Amino acid sequence: MTNSTKIYGWGRYPQQDAYLHAPTSCASLELTAKQQNSVLARGMGRSYGDSANALNVLQTTYINHFIEFDKVTGKLIAEAGITLREILEVIVPSGWFLPVTPGTSYVTLGGAIASDVHGKNHHSAGTFGQHVESLSMLLGTGEVVTASPQHHTDLFHATCGGMGLTGIIMHATIQLLPIRSSLISQKTIKADCIEAACEAFESNSDATYSVAWIDCLSKGKSLGRSVIMLGEHAEQGGLNIDIRQKVSVPFSTPSALLNSSTMKAFNTAYWYKAKHSVSQTVSLIPYFYPLDAVGEWNKLYGKKGFVQFHCVVPKLDGVASMRKLLTEISNSGEGSFLAVLKQFGIANENLLSFPTEGYTLALDFKASETAIKTVKKLEAMVVEMGGRLYLTKDAVMQENTFKVTYPNWEKFEAIREQYGAIGKFSSTQSKRLGLA
Amino acid sequence: MKRILIIGSTSAIAEHCARIWAARGDALHLVARNEQHVQVIASDLNVRGASEVTTYCIDLNDTDRHEELLNVADASLKGIDIVLIAHGTLSNQKSCELSVDETLQEIQTNALSTISLLTLIANRFEAKKSGTICVISSVAGDRGRSSNYVYGSAKAMVTTFTSGLRQRLHKSNVSVVTVKPGFVDTPMTTEFKKGVLWAKPTTVAALIVKAIDKNKDEVYIPRFWQLILLIIKVIPSQIFKVLKL
Repeated sequence: MTNSTKIYGWGRYPQQDAYLHAPTSCASLELTAKQQNSVLARGMGRSYGDSANALNVLQTTYINHFIEFDKVTGKLIAEAGITLREILEVIVPSGWFLPVTPGTSYVTLGGAIASDVHGKNHHSAGTFGQHVESLSMLLGTGEVVTASPQHHTDLFHATCGGMGLTGIIMHATIQLLPIRSSLISQKTIKADCIEAACEAFESNSDATYSVAWIDCLSKGKSLGRSVIMLGEHAEQGGLNIDIRQKVSVPFSTPSALLNSSTMKAFNTAYWYKAKHSVSQTVSLIPYFYPLDAVGEWNKLYGKKGFVQFHCVVPKLDGVASMRKLLTEISNSGEGSFLAVLKQFGIANENLLSFPTEGYTLALDFKASETAIKTVKKLEAMVVEMGGRLYLTKDAVMQENTFKVTYPNWEKFEAIREQYGAIGKFSSTQSKRLGLA
Repeated sequence: MKRILIIGSTSAIAEHCARIWAARGDALHLVARNEQHVQVIASDLNVRGASEVTTYCIDLNDTDRHEELLNVADASLKGIDIVLIAHGTLSNQKSCELSVDETLQEIQTNALSTISLLTLIANRFEAKKSGTICVISSVAGDRGRSSNYVYGSAKAMVTTFTSGLRQRLHKSNVSVVTVKPGFVDTPMTTEFKKGVLWAKPTTVAALIVKAIDKNKDEVYIPRFWQLILLIIKVIPSQIFKVLKL
């Protein structure tokens, strides 16, 4: 392997040179991993910052085969490099759906587990890892083991949400969710400030899916105005899936196109376009993956890319915390056109899993020195509030923030030590955060 | 439901064609060298919806076994509608230049083994007066270049052979589809720097399946390669020989 390639996450910031290895089978993956001193498995490269960046990268996307799918029980076994999109294509027509899905289907199964991703049903279904029955893993020792809630329990809980730092997931068994229809009954609620939005989440906690688009640029009385979208799986309407991608952003747009005026205009238009308390039926794909319809939308932020700030703050004083964060964000005037607010349910046992009970906020900032300053300021506020940042979105978090807000990190390191992961699996992010 | 024989089925392009056919519910017979690898692909295609998947392992340079390969395929599929020939190696031009054996081996793998298969399949399809034969050639076969002329000349032979075969079999209602992909982003080319000319195997596979569906003759994949090759072919040798391509 002689040539290095520029790699980067979905935010296109930061970028680095890496040696890419692309094994086509589990056998060649084992061999390639053995030959390298330190490696990191990388799937679709959809984590935003540098958590899938490393000097030696094992690209898993060719290891993307289904192994078994039981249409009666909804148990699915597949290799880690398969994308959720490919899984949907096969399972939806048979009346099954992913028990938890992130906002894009262009992630791999292994990546979804390593990030312990969450979706619009976190308050009721928890994270993706909570629906994983077992994992087949390649350890740093070269050994292949099965980790599950019953076997190698410690390894299992370190791996779900473990950012690929405990070993390489080769295949996984997951339990799917039965559905009767591929349609979603959606209800929209408009909340004219952050307090009203949090109240709406609270009073609709029995909804299966809930998420809000939040206007991060509005100030004063309408600070944090939101459009909350509730969803339920419909009972009728057939089991169809249309996953064709419609349009694509062909190249990085001049980044000046996304400035505070255009973003403000977009947010205002979005707010006035939404209708309060309207119910409608929508297809599963546009409901869960609205942005997947625009290929490579990350290029909209221009060549320098963007950073995402994705935090959770505890439920206690959660509304007040959100108000403080939103005030800071709207004063900076830099928040982007796409911000998301959601209420999380209780945390799980996975050591580095992000969600904890409270409110979560995610928004993009076009990469610039001032934006990174703003993000760092917000980071300090979140630490103060007892919240934390999502490793999968992070590109700039400080070591100290990580160690304070993820208090299980020492336990995580002990398990990595025990299973031979230290020195063998690392990322640019893990080094920045002070993991061995 | 179509009955499809895929030769070289562990290649990224062939595998993605197979996935499209599996989703349509076709019956597939996979031929490959690596037993373990082809079994993984077979299970995958079953889940993706193939009505039946069978496998056969062979080193395709063992041309003595080609007749047996076709007999087994014919029996497994109960008749063959489509054959996709996709096996091959990406030759290392530099080491070929230093070794007669390696050069001849590359010609054997990328041209002669295909010619052997085509000869046998052509006679079978001609006799039953139906069928589609699709062969993956390459834009590299259109004009020899210093960077890969061993591989290119093998593909040139395949292109020329299939051109003649197409004429011969036309009156027997048999289609011969020659596809010429350009740069494809496969595991074989991970090390290469990728530019705008590179296509994903999923894109290439979709275009190949479409070419087969439409009984095309010779297609460049993606289409823009036709224009590029048109230009490359008209450059006079006097100029061409000093170019770095």
